[in-house]
Amino acid sequence: MTDFNENVNIEKKASGQADINSVPFTEVEQPGPASLAQQAKGFWVTFSTMFKKNQTVQYPDVKALTAPRFHGRHQLNRHPDGLEKCIGCELCAWACPADAILVEGGNNTPGNQLSPGERHGAVYQINYLRCIFCGLCVEACPTRALTMTNEYELADDKREKLIFEKDDLLAPLRQGMLAPPHPMYPGMTDTNYYNGDVKEAHPSQGEK
Amino acid sequence: MTTAQLLGQDPGWLIAVKALMVFIICVLATLMAVWTERRVLAKMQLRTGPNRVGPAGLLQSLSDGVKLALKEDIIPAAADKVVFIIAPIIATSMCFMAFAVIPMTGVVNIFGRQTALQLTDLPVGVLYILAVTSIGVYGVVLAGWSSGSTYPLLGGLRSSAQVISYEVAMGLSLVAVFIYASSMSTSDIVASQHQHLWNAVVLFPSFVIYVISMVGETNRAPFDLAEAEGELVGGFHTEYSSLKFALFFLAEYVNIIAVSALATTLFLGGYHALPGLGFTEQWLGGWFTLIWFFAKVNFFFFIFMWLRGSLPRLRYDQFMKFGWKVLIPVSLVWILIVAALRVLQQEGAPRSAILAFAVGVVIIVMAISSMIERNKVKVRSADLPEGEAPNFPIPSLPQVKSINVSGGK
Repeated sequence: MTDFNENVNIEKKASGQADINSVPFTEVEQPGPASLAQQAKGFWVTFSTMFKKNQTVQYPDVKALTAPRFHGRHQLNRHPDGLEKCIGCELCAWACPADAILVEGGNNTPGNQLSPGERHGAVYQINYLRCIFCGLCVEACPTRALTMTNEYELADDKREKLIFEKDDLLAPLRQGMLAPPHPMYPGMTDTNYYNGDVKEAHPSQGEK
Repeated sequence: MTTAQLLGQDPGWLIAVKALMVFIICVLATLMAVWTERRVLAKMQLRTGPNRVGPAGLLQSLSDGVKLALKEDIIPAAADKVVFIIAPIIATSMCFMAFAVIPMTGVVNIFGRQTALQLTDLPVGVLYILAVTSIGVYGVVLAGWSSGSTYPLLGGLRSSAQVISYEVAMGLSLVAVFIYASSMSTSDIVASQHQHLWNAVVLFPSFVIYVISMVGETNRAPFDLAEAEGELVGGFHTEYSSLKFALFFLAEYVNIIAVSALATTLFLGGYHALPGLGFTEQWLGGWFTLIWFFAKVNFFFFIFMWLRGSLPRLRYDQFMKFGWKVLIPVSLVWILIVAALRVLQQEGAPRSAILAFAVGVVIIVMAISSMIERNKVKVRSADLPEGEAPNFPIPSLPQVKSINVSGGK
């Protein structure tokens, strides 16, 4: 340790009588101006940078890929037979720190079976003016109904357009899926659905 | 026939045409300069810069100008209306006036008449430029004062102090040129450089001082304290909008081009070609000299951009210290040396005496600089005091020696 106050006699003074010299201090040496060569080096940095490849992504023309787990727009997923995974439990809405999600559950009836089991999400809204894309809703979802996509172009000219309804959020129907409402796979319970035993729609499900 | 005699034969309509040409050149050069600066600065920062409007973004500054003109024109309630409106007009018109005496081409043919692209040739042309650019400062100061707001006032005051300080150094750096060319007329100075070497070589210290002070004079980075965004919002033009702001914008860039053009004229041989390429001056009926002129102006403009891309803004006191304690004394000493050499030459002193004088000066300068070097504080490697644990709780960090901040034993 460089002992800076070795030769300084510090008198103990009563409080109120202490002056600036009674406080031990270090003398900080300011480095002088850098040498001319050092300064020229700085100019060389900017000059040589002009001939490097620039990093700009020409955004609307070229869209760079996001990170695979980028938090983008939400998606409401479906079971392989087309039934919705959302059961209207509102856990996502409760988890949301920004209060951006509104869920109202509804009962599944034989004529209106939207998801396996007893309940489905009747109203599902996410307000992207409030959403902070933290992903807590995804963590809260017990059925993996709610996940996030990599879509990040969420800008519009009207506030109303940024409140996404269930129709906007639902995943598209894939191969082998039937548009709900339709009855559950014959012989399968909601637990089977949960465990992933249903692989595709059964022909009987499409019959009216 | 000298340029002054040549220009004296111009009829009135030709003078009007040339005035229009100078105006158009200034405005076009400003549009191009804004684009160039944004592109070059972008390249220095690994960006692309404007590339949307027109080919390679060339029309960006034009569309910006149109946008500015269509904006709402606000005059603050606290502003002094008359001065508020006059200020940008003063700033802009003075910058354009400086261009009147800049020789941009050699002898050319304009609508069947032999003349040069230079509006007029005053025997005190360079002094005229200094005077006109000084009046341009009024625009800035009055804008700051008449806005009736604190930031513009501070910006305007800073700017005036800055321009006045650096104008002294600039004026002194030009004295050596006057002594050497034995004229203050821009065309004569160009002609004298054509006969001998460029002033940038012969009077290198003057050249360096001029280049530094021209950056200070135009309020550009790293000397842009007058409009330091982080401290003063926009400086003197904070309260300005629409066309009045556009006028200040125009004034700034025309001013940059004007000081660059002056530097070209005084130090880089004006519109003449590079040594050894003199045959190109006859191309396009003499108009090729305009290209040489703008190539040299662009060289200086590139220096402006390079400085802006490389250096942070100076602290105000350092800036003033540099101007008054470095630039001005150095240029004074340099003027003494140049004057002494000139007198020795004119009095017909033997070559050995001139050489001895020059060597003596060099030795004295080296002696002084080495003394300054010895006075420099040796920079020690900063070794942090390593002591016992501090007497207040701090979170322990891995691999970090605890620093005894209390300083006592």
